[in-house]
Amino acid sequence: MTQQFYVSPEQLMKDRADFARKGIARGRSVVVISCKDGIALVAENPSPSLHKIGEIYDKIAFAAVGKYNEFESLRQAGVRYADVRGYSYDREDVTARGLASVYAQSLGAVFTAEQKPFEVELAVAEVAQTQEADHLYRLTFDGSIADEHGFIVMGGQADKVSEAVAAGWQGELDFAGAIRLALAGLVADKETTTLPASALEVAVLDRGSETGRGTRRAFRRLEDADIVALLAEEK
Amino acid sequence: MQETTANRVAANATSSFTEHLQRERPDLMPFGHMPFNQLLAAGQTTAPLQAPHGTTIVAMSYAGGVLMAGDRRATMGNVIASRHIEKVFPADQYSVLGIAGTAGIALDITRLFQVELEHYEKIEGTLLSLDGKANRLGAMVRGNLPMAMQGLAVVPLFAGFDRPAGFGRLFSYDVTGGRYEEQEHHAVGSGSMFARGALKKLWRPGLSEQDAVAVAVEALYDAADDDSATGGPDPVRQLWPVVYVVNRTGAVRVPDRDLAAVAGRIIESRAVAQREA
Repeated sequence: MTQQFYVSPEQLMKDRADFARKGIARGRSVVVISCKDGIALVAENPSPSLHKIGEIYDKIAFAAVGKYNEFESLRQAGVRYADVRGYSYDREDVTARGLASVYAQSLGAVFTAEQKPFEVELAVAEVAQTQEADHLYRLTFDGSIADEHGFIVMGGQADKVSEAVAAGWQGELDFAGAIRLALAGLVADKETTTLPASALEVAVLDRGSETGRGTRRAFRRLEDADIVALLAEEK
Repeated sequence: MQETTANRVAANATSSFTEHLQRERPDLMPFGHMPFNQLLAAGQTTAPLQAPHGTTIVAMSYAGGVLMAGDRRATMGNVIASRHIEKVFPADQYSVLGIAGTAGIALDITRLFQVELEHYEKIEGTLLSLDGKANRLGAMVRGNLPMAMQGLAVVPLFAGFDRPAGFGRLFSYDVTGGRYEEQEHHAVGSGSMFARGALKKLWRPGLSEQDAVAVAVEALYDAADDDSATGGPDPVRQLWPVVYVVNRTGAVRVPDRDLAAVAGRIIESRAVAQREA
């Protein structure tokens, strides 16, 4: 019979956290930027079908880095939570704060109780009528939750990317400007100075979706052609 | 051990909101959370339930898409329960549904169906095919069969634009969930036979969108003329039918001012003719 060694709780938690951090840093970055037109979500993702960014509800979007199977199950759980809530109460009763707190609880429970923690980091974004009322929540593998202002950078070389985005961020950016800024951030840790549209996954939460497109669903995924057109616009 | 985990994950993977609700929150389902025999027993001991009923819905194809229109009346026995009720709804971007029958259950089924389509789209990342949508609606009507046997039937009409095929399609249902694809035009509800009579004379192939709106409003006018449970255009309260057109670009509600003009022309032409009907 093998002997069980004593491991202190501090050491156990530290090992788990290090394990999760390593997994998250291995991937590529995702940038979420709040701007004048709404919220832009930009990921470096060569796959056109395995998404890192998704729609949760009318005004709420989801972005993630880390292991695909883990954040995909969290995304689906989020869609189910939001749809059940909106169906049983009302559509306006679904909020990013409620969703983020459910995510925080599940991530926290997995971190302490399961064999291994989730190697993911999530962003939950909610667009509002005014930019001041936008919500950006960052959720980490251990269930910590942070209310961020302006933008979120996750995964990969997050420090370098974050520096580049912080340098250029301002509230008056439109979608084209925000996506250009995100792109500038994503190449900060690379040799190249630009990425092709096919290597990007871009979606937006449109602040004026009711007036502009006649729908309360603010989430819109941009096709490669849309991205090229937006980036080509006059600066 | 490995296999049972895999089986469990596969069994739990569903893109259907209805299935999820049945599993996790059966109390929220508009139908089917009371066992069949209990419902039957409940129905036998009490008098038939009085509940508002929605009435006439018409739908037709036209050049470039499909159109659906419904009157604004709900009745409860001989009483008008509502003059403002809306019975035609967008199901998603490319389809609409209209409901006749018990209003309370019908509105909940509509809401469930709307969430069902949006849920699938968000989970899967693609839209459900038009046939897939029509089948899901049929399953919901079938789920309501025990209630239908208590006299609380819901009969929808479904229309959508089939994007791969490039034309609009119409589907009707019976209370057991049977799904029937209709050609040219169709109507459901208490005034449907009168509306269908009108449609047979007014509809012609290749109608323009504007003409199709006029035909739909006139068919509802004829239904209201002979069926007391169907409401006609109401210039006093400025109430007009709810009309949706669905074409390649999506489902759009026809604005009230257009409908007021169309209804005004029909009333005027009938008054000028000075005939019985």
